[in-house]
Amino acid sequence: MPTVKNIVEVRHVNKYFGKNHVIKDLNMEIKEGEFLSILGPSGCGKTTTLRMIAGFEQQSDGEITVEGERVEEKEPFDRNVNTVFQSYALFPHMDVYNNVAFGLKMKKLPKSEIKKKVSDILTLVQLEGFEKRYPSQLSGGQKQRVAIARAIVNRPRVLLLDEPLGALDLKLRKQMQLELKRLQKKLGITFIYVTHDQEEAMTMSDRIAVMNAGVLEQLGRPDEIYAEPESKFVADFIGESNLFDAVVSGVNGGIYTMEAETGALLGAGGDFCIRELVCACVRPEKTKFSPSPVEGFGLCGVVRENINIGTLIKSIIVLQNGHEIKISTLSGEKYPEKGKNVFVYWDPNDAVIMKTVSQEIHSMIENVDLGSFVKKAGSRAG
Amino acid sequence: MSIQKKYNLRNKIIPVAVTVSPVAVWLVLLIAVPLLYIFIISFCSTDAEHNIVFSFSLANYAKMFDPSLLTIYANSLAISVLTTVFCILVGYPFAYIMAFSSPFKKSMMMVFLLLPFWTNSIIRLYGWRTIIGRNGYINLALEKLGVISSPLTMLYTRGAVVLGMVYTLLPFMILPIHTVIDKLDRSYLEAASDLGAKPVKSFLHITLPLTMPGIFAGTIMVFIPSLAYFFVSDILGGGKNQLIGNVIERQFKEAFNWPFGAALSILLILITLLLVKAYMKTGGSLEELGGV
Amino acid sequence: MKSLGECEMKLKRKSKQKLKKRAGTVYTALVFIFLYMPIMIIILFSFNTSERNVVFEGFTTKWYGIMVQNSALLYAFKNTLTVGFWSTLISAAIGTLAAVGMYRYRFHGRNLIDMLLYIPVVIPEIVLGISLLSMFSLCHVSLGLASLVAAHVTFCIPFVVFTVRARLSGYDNSIEEAAMDLGANRRQVFFRITVPVIAPGIISGAALAFTLSVDDIIISFFTTGPKSTTFPLKAMELVRTGITPDVYALSTIVITVTFSVVLTVQTVLYKKNKKLNES
Repeated sequence: MPTVKNIVEVRHVNKYFGKNHVIKDLNMEIKEGEFLSILGPSGCGKTTTLRMIAGFEQQSDGEITVEGERVEEKEPFDRNVNTVFQSYALFPHMDVYNNVAFGLKMKKLPKSEIKKKVSDILTLVQLEGFEKRYPSQLSGGQKQRVAIARAIVNRPRVLLLDEPLGALDLKLRKQMQLELKRLQKKLGITFIYVTHDQEEAMTMSDRIAVMNAGVLEQLGRPDEIYAEPESKFVADFIGESNLFDAVVSGVNGGIYTMEAETGALLGAGGDFCIRELVCACVRPEKTKFSPSPVEGFGLCGVVRENINIGTLIKSIIVLQNGHEIKISTLSGEKYPEKGKNVFVYWDPNDAVIMKTVSQEIHSMIENVDLGSFVKKAGSRAG
Repeated sequence: MSIQKKYNLRNKIIPVAVTVSPVAVWLVLLIAVPLLYIFIISFCSTDAEHNIVFSFSLANYAKMFDPSLLTIYANSLAISVLTTVFCILVGYPFAYIMAFSSPFKKSMMMVFLLLPFWTNSIIRLYGWRTIIGRNGYINLALEKLGVISSPLTMLYTRGAVVLGMVYTLLPFMILPIHTVIDKLDRSYLEAASDLGAKPVKSFLHITLPLTMPGIFAGTIMVFIPSLAYFFVSDILGGGKNQLIGNVIERQFKEAFNWPFGAALSILLILITLLLVKAYMKTGGSLEELGGV
Repeated sequence: MKSLGECEMKLKRKSKQKLKKRAGTVYTALVFIFLYMPIMIIILFSFNTSERNVVFEGFTTKWYGIMVQNSALLYAFKNTLTVGFWSTLISAAIGTLAAVGMYRYRFHGRNLIDMLLYIPVVIPEIVLGISLLSMFSLCHVSLGLASLVAAHVTFCIPFVVFTVRARLSGYDNSIEEAAMDLGANRRQVFFRITVPVIAPGIISGAALAFTLSVDDIIISFFTTGPKSTTFPLKAMELVRTGITPDVYALSTIVITVTFSVVLTVQTVLYKKNKKLNES
């Protein structure tokens, strides 16, 4: 299989805004032709990362290359990268035609060629006939498509999109998600897409980069991130999950026994030692209930309520220490009765065990190796 | 050069230098330096040929308090105070009506308010002579109506100068007041009426206090110029109603005593600064003084 | 069903409102009569047969012919227009650049420049006039059209800066980033994007600057030379000997032109707004 090149490479990038360390030792490789989403809550640094790739922000440290060239060596107007802005940024004093044609005019292409390209792209985004309209006369969805057309018509190698669908209503947003995906596949352009909506990222992306507080938590395919979250944050941010802080108490043939505050539980996968502090994550649809105790599990609680959301029934079970567990069952299947006591369990292979930060502190105290302490402090502290 | 430094140069230092240096140079050379210069020469004196002698002396500042000048100050201040008061009385209702009109009416009122200013002020003031002169239209009308038996003397009185001042400076009172009333949150008035306040009470207790900054701004924009608009006094005052501005003008055009004129100007600047400081202390903002 | 009392009250309130509105209109009319009376006099007396503008004696258009031949008057008028044109152009250019730079960037001395900008607006014009005169004299600059334009630019710049700045708040900076993203260099961004979008502000600022320059009396009084007298200053000279109707004739023409221009512009803007709002 031919190896796919990296089209954008981010190496050891740090960014400070004054004293604020907003991007911490970021390392990322974006493959040519892929649809990559940068996902995270507000303030996690995803937009800053995008702007650094675009050249509107300057990294404080580290290297960013696009197509092998270092980003800071060229001005934004000199590159083969185009951006779709969150506010669309359409030029209010130009009509749709001139907005879309702007980049081509800057390249000094002949008028006839520009005309053809613009009308082709407008057809592609389903806006034929809109050439003479002005931005103030367009709806949100139409403005958004003009913004995309304006960027794509220049055939950039990389297209950067900064939460472009944020201002649209739900139905339109879902429609546009599919259209964008289709467009990307058709044109073969690398899309780097910033969003805070995990469902959106999961729907559209080939890979997702999850960021939190300036740190890249995990980079992988949607199914990988969902089924095998590498940290508590990712597990919690993507989809719903039941999380347990626990201590490893034993291991038997790949299955770990762990002790949480409320009782014992089982999980599988990873490499941990006894007495290591971990976080176990199980998805609600994989969590099961039973009227009688299940071997290996000591979690017992009361069913507080059942919520019917159409396709699923979500049950909330409260354990002795107040910890709430979510179980989802498909509508039509058996679900726990309200008010009853149930025992919670799951297939150990469905639970993902993750290292936690407390584990690092623990190991630092246990193995006082100043060398590794300094290195760890430099990369992950703060 | 490091990446960050090069970036800063390209994206911050050069753009700032290109956009701001023309205005900075202009302001320093043509405002800061000249003002500094007259501050300096206010402490100087002149020799027989009216050249400036650069030796420090407070003579000019002493001369300012000469008894002959004190009557002029008093008269000038009286004119300015009257002008300001009349501008407020006439201008506030106009600004109020304008602020509560429909957008179309508002812009029409604004246009017609400012239109006369595209015509020469001197000629417009001269036109008043035809109206308030002994044989002017007002006297004519009053005599015809039988209100008076012999013509009133209106021209060349202090009242005429005040009239001319109000005529010239009225928009400078109306604009700041209008801006403030326009920005007034209508829900204050709605809340007041909801709580039982009749329109007059609502105006006295809510609108008026909240629009004081506008009145203050208008006062500054009217009072200060009225001390110095010597041409109004020349045209309608007949040489009898001298302003501080007239005195300064004479120093430069007749007496050639520039240092004394400079000292008087410093006095005007001080009065201005005091008023502006008081204005800002009561919460006024400089932007409103721009009238824009 | 509303009670009779309620209906009565509603009618009372409506008639009160109508009364208020009528009072407002009357007041506005009175103020406008006050403002336009001298202008009516000017127009009327430009057709006066008598040379002394005290009483209207008879109707004639001869003064318009005489005015055209009054070279001194027309020369002063031409100076006013020339100075107005150049002051507006220069102050609009410098002021717009400054407004954009000050709005977007934070730099040392920004507050100082801001303060300096307020000085010509707040301090009496006479102070500015004499200080410029003193400076010109010190530097042995001869007084003429150039010194006049320099003085006018000085008091016009702040108004341009403030007007453009007011227009800039609400300006979406990302359209400039978008332009750069699409390949425009900084110069192209400024002239193709920034200037067209803030054009309304620049035009208002320029219109304001022109108005201030054309009607300037005090500052021109001190900074003009014998050969570069302006229309207002010429009028001031003539006040001494008595203003003759040919001067009124010229003013009437100015009034008519200004009036027509402003009304046309307002109508065009109004129609444009209506069209945009309807679509």
